[in-house]
Amino acid sequence: MRAKAKPEAEAVTAEMTGAEVLIHSLKKENVEVLFGYPGGAVLPIYDALYRSPIKHILSKHEQGSIHAAEGYARVSGKPGVVIATSGPGATNLVTGITDAMMDSLPLVIFTGQVASTVIGTDAFQEADIMGITAPITKHNYQVRDVQDLPRIIKEAFHIATTGRPGPVLVDIPKDVANKTISPDYDSTIHLPGYQPTFSPNILQIKKLADAVGQAKKPVILAGAGILHANAGKELLTFTEKHKIPVVNTLLGLGSYPGQHPLFLGMGGMHGTYTANMALYECDLLISIGARFDDRLTGNLAHFAKNAVVAHIDVDPAEIGKNVPTQIPIVSDAREALRKLVDVDSETPDTEDWRNQLTENSKNYPLWKKTNTDEFLPQQVVELVHEYTKGDAIITTDVGQHQMWAAQYYAFTDANRWVTSGGLGTMGFGFPAAVGAQLAFPDQTVVALTGDGGFQMTLQELSTLQELNLPVKVVIMNNHTLGMVRQWQEAFYEERYSHSLLPVQPDFVKLGEAYGIKSYKVETQEEARVVFEEAFSHRDPVLIDCRVSGKENVYPMIAPGKGLHQMIGVKP
Amino acid sequence: MKRIVTATVINQSGVLNRITGLMTKRQFNIESITVGHTETEGVSKMTFVVNVDGDGKIEQLIKQLNKQIDVLKVSDITDQAIVVRELALIKVISNAQIRSEISGIIEPFRASIIDVSRESITVQVTGDSEKIEAIIDLLRPYGIKEMVRTGITAFPRGSQKSVTDIKQYSILN
Repeated sequence: MRAKAKPEAEAVTAEMTGAEVLIHSLKKENVEVLFGYPGGAVLPIYDALYRSPIKHILSKHEQGSIHAAEGYARVSGKPGVVIATSGPGATNLVTGITDAMMDSLPLVIFTGQVASTVIGTDAFQEADIMGITAPITKHNYQVRDVQDLPRIIKEAFHIATTGRPGPVLVDIPKDVANKTISPDYDSTIHLPGYQPTFSPNILQIKKLADAVGQAKKPVILAGAGILHANAGKELLTFTEKHKIPVVNTLLGLGSYPGQHPLFLGMGGMHGTYTANMALYECDLLISIGARFDDRLTGNLAHFAKNAVVAHIDVDPAEIGKNVPTQIPIVSDAREALRKLVDVDSETPDTEDWRNQLTENSKNYPLWKKTNTDEFLPQQVVELVHEYTKGDAIITTDVGQHQMWAAQYYAFTDANRWVTSGGLGTMGFGFPAAVGAQLAFPDQTVVALTGDGGFQMTLQELSTLQELNLPVKVVIMNNHTLGMVRQWQEAFYEERYSHSLLPVQPDFVKLGEAYGIKSYKVETQEEARVVFEEAFSHRDPVLIDCRVSGKENVYPMIAPGKGLHQMIGVKP
Repeated sequence: MKRIVTATVINQSGVLNRITGLMTKRQFNIESITVGHTETEGVSKMTFVVNVDGDGKIEQLIKQLNKQIDVLKVSDITDQAIVVRELALIKVISNAQIRSEISGIIEPFRASIIDVSRESITVQVTGDSEKIEAIIDLLRPYGIKEMVRTGITAFPRGSQKSVTDIKQYSILN
């Protein structure tokens, strides 16, 4: 049937195995790097890969592969591509897939599966990865007929990278990968149920422009949607045109210049006083590409309660989910901002409002201990900022070190900040740094981690060694699971249940065992000497920073409290 | 409140799993669910009856369903003029003496007896949920041995009353 009368070259499409079709399709999608780990069910795919020029990064655990792919996707905007085998290979990806789903990162994941004939028999290394990943993927496919493979791969990349980005998984039974066919690469995408809205409804834009004109206390909440849509420039133009102050979400950091006079800092649980009070007191809240996470809003009863809420989001399901919205706009962030800039509208008089906010910033800046000999974790972030001139890609896990990085690094550019926001995954940062470094080989990439999180995925040191990737691993080592300890101190009467880590490996010897230059620093002075050296060359480095173990992240909104009920606002 | 929601879906393996999964994940209580083919090949229609707390919740359900790649269309048809049907099979304990008595009871419901044995008869009834409840109540005193209900399936009537207040949830603002 395939042989019928297409003249010349196309008629004699070479016979290929499913695995070869996969590799060929990846080339067509311009995939430059794969993150993966081989195994029984993907042997045909790895055999096809053996003859392919596509770069494959062998991690030491599938979790390392998928977090690396997330880091790659986060900074490059390109989809991260992952291959893992069936069963345990696939289930080891689950945390990363969920993480990517929560933080809207485009991933295309290929898992091997046992042969079609034995699916459902509890065969060796069989797992129902379709069932397992249904709730944590944007979409998933199991390839039943190898002829569908080119179309499914096209659809997978299309779905992962358009609309609200997210992970898409393609499960490939071993026999499908082995089967020989004459592939049809011309088969087109057919997704009648997937038509993401890209451009805003102009009437809604006008409504918002009118609201802007009438506002006295407007504020913009800028989330990661700005970064996904590459809308930083448009956001800057819009805010400068109308003099509207900007608050960033955790994941939105870098979408607005950190030193800009209209920038109020990060909002939320450990955000700045100024940012949170702006969200609390505003009369017009324009959320763009943010999803009102509970860590951002605090108690919803107190959140922007006197404000008209406008919400621009590419995902209609986010609008009105947590916060009642008067002006919903389903759109790509850049498209909406362009239209907003173009539309005729009055500029509000926000001078009093801005003065009030500036006053807040002056009176309630971020603070840390002074007059102390202790080496403070905040100082580590400041030093990293100093020695990287504020231009490094920073990756983190979740917890205290993450919050300090968010507070003190002052991101000025887009796509420099790679953190696990929605899922809050320990062990994310270090492998994510590997992926980010592969996306930008010439950039300085710093994996800022805690001593707890680092020990969850430290096996990837071997990947650094093998590729000689110049990632700088900076461990903010306080011998505790810091955020857990902080909450136990605050809310559990200092019962430090399993949150103290007095016994640790010697991180310097550990790094050296992997052939990586490693240092331990215990004071700011020592840190300066080591950082000077570490950031002057293009080799991987591990620095074990022994910081004070008793520091807490402030200011803070306790769980259940409103944005205006911050504690630890002043020393 | 009880809402009737229909979803037109591509008949792909895993689609039912994805949809019921999202209902579980977001804590929607499904009272009944029916699935079957439609006039278009490869397209199925699901009818759910869900219990939700408010407008916000049903809006969220519809949006989440719409987000699924294999879902083509979602409608909350509760407030429209609709045709709703459910089928029930009810096995009632009965001997020869009371068989005609039961026959008399079910006759106004336009139900039919589709199986007879020495100790029981099986009644088949179609209608909206209230009608089914009513016949069950009448048959219960005789002793219901076994009963199955399909859950409702529904769609809008050919012509809608123009005054009906239809709630609209659109994904395009």
